[in-house]
Amino acid sequence: MSLSDSLYQEVLLDHYQNPRHHGRLEHAHLHEEGVNPLCGDEVELFLELDGNTISKISFLGKGCSISQASASMLTDSLYGKTLDEAKSLLHEFKEMLLEDKEPNFAEEYEDLESLEAVKKIPARIKCATLAWNTLEKILKKNH
Amino acid sequence: MNGKPLVFLDSAASSQKPKSVIDTIRHYYEAENANIHRGVYSLSQKATEKYEMTRIKASRFIGAACAKVVIFTRNTTESINLVAQSWGRTNIHEGDEIVLTELEHHSNLVPWQMLAQEKQAVLKFIPLNPDSTLDLSNIDEIITERVKLVALAQMSNVTGTIHDLDAIIKRARQVGAKVLVDGAQGICHLPTNVQKQDFDFYAFSAHKMLGPTGVGILYAKEEILDTMPPWMGGGDMISRVWKEKSTYADLPARLEAGTPNISGVIGFGAALEYLESVGMQEIRNHELELLQYALDRLEDFGGLELYGTSDLSKRGGVISFNFPGVHPHDVGSILDEEGIAIRVGHHCAQPFMEFKGIAGTCRASFYLYNTKEDVDALLVGLKKVKEIFGRVLKR
Repeated sequence: MSLSDSLYQEVLLDHYQNPRHHGRLEHAHLHEEGVNPLCGDEVELFLELDGNTISKISFLGKGCSISQASASMLTDSLYGKTLDEAKSLLHEFKEMLLEDKEPNFAEEYEDLESLEAVKKIPARIKCATLAWNTLEKILKKNH
Repeated sequence: MNGKPLVFLDSAASSQKPKSVIDTIRHYYEAENANIHRGVYSLSQKATEKYEMTRIKASRFIGAACAKVVIFTRNTTESINLVAQSWGRTNIHEGDEIVLTELEHHSNLVPWQMLAQEKQAVLKFIPLNPDSTLDLSNIDEIITERVKLVALAQMSNVTGTIHDLDAIIKRARQVGAKVLVDGAQGICHLPTNVQKQDFDFYAFSAHKMLGPTGVGILYAKEEILDTMPPWMGGGDMISRVWKEKSTYADLPARLEAGTPNISGVIGFGAALEYLESVGMQEIRNHELELLQYALDRLEDFGGLELYGTSDLSKRGGVISFNFPGVHPHDVGSILDEEGIAIRVGHHCAQPFMEFKGIAGTCRASFYLYNTKEDVDALLVGLKKVKEIFGRVLKR
């Protein structure tokens, strides 16, 4: 399978065409914007909390398929999870892309593995990490 | 590239370099390396001579009256900043107007924003027609008596549009405004003569015209340069220096502080020779042929959104397009895997992207070394994009 075939798999293109949890949360407790100034990709994350649990999460954004699919996968993965779980998933995701660790996501997060192929196209890693860097800003603010 | 033959379609960003340019730079470092303008020894004299020879070649290449009106900078951006910081800060005052176009590159936009902010001057923009040519129908209302400078590109780096400079310069003369032409994209593709075309300022870079990076040129009419104060202080630009004050050197040294990119300037001399040996009109003709060939095929491909005028007399070898439903960066990555280098994104021209309501474009740009086979390879690559994204676009 060629590089672009392994990257642009059905699962990534599906998240791009049919983004999950897309939109604005009017009563978000936590909100952060992320932008890649060189390419102009944008992601906005909205989180509602119930104690330590992410009771609602959504995103808005525009940009390439990788940046937007990654944001969609992020919201899908973290809906109903605790902030601690978000933190550890963030850690695992960044290890996969930035430290070349073999991904070993729990089954419910397996869509994220489709982004592993981005590693082979260094210019696009920043697309895949945009939403996650935005999440990181949110988590830092909240601790 | 990536196991495939390289198809380089990004010369609008930076051109490839001929062997003569690379050899000239190598030879300078191997056999002629010394600082210029200071040494009494032969080696330094020789380096100085070669460096100054490029100034003479460049002045001839652009049709300037003499060599001293050619100022070496690092690039087009620095040339424009030099005008803004030196001429602009002296001549632009509160309430004065600077006219730009909606199609400007950031390097011919941001320096004027900074100057306008500092001086409380006003920026105005010549609008665009739907085909990305300039809408000059209200030019007399835009270029008024309050306008001190009109700054615009010779050719757009996004759409390849070659602007009608004559009409704009004519109007600028009526109101006494100066005209700065950003030649970054023009000089490499079009025969240019700064005296015949009556440019006040002309800025361009060596690296888009077969030369090395880090060398730029500012041309200005001698009577304008004579009034421009230094903008950077240091070595080479002085006449006499005391502890408290200095007097400044004559042109062009006054505007060239510090040790310059000597090897780059000498290498640029070889690039100018190369271009002259081919001939700028030959280059223009070759690009027009490629442009027509590529536009015909891209139109036949179907479903692509193409930007820019179809009047090739007003267009250089640049094609900007979009694949509806596919982001330009995704197109760029898939083509890259096929060894095809195009530029994707906003091309440092965000106001134009706003005008069109798009995130960016895919841009294929040609130069003298490109062939019809390169265009054919691009089409094969685009077919692959269609296949990959077709899996979801069809649903």
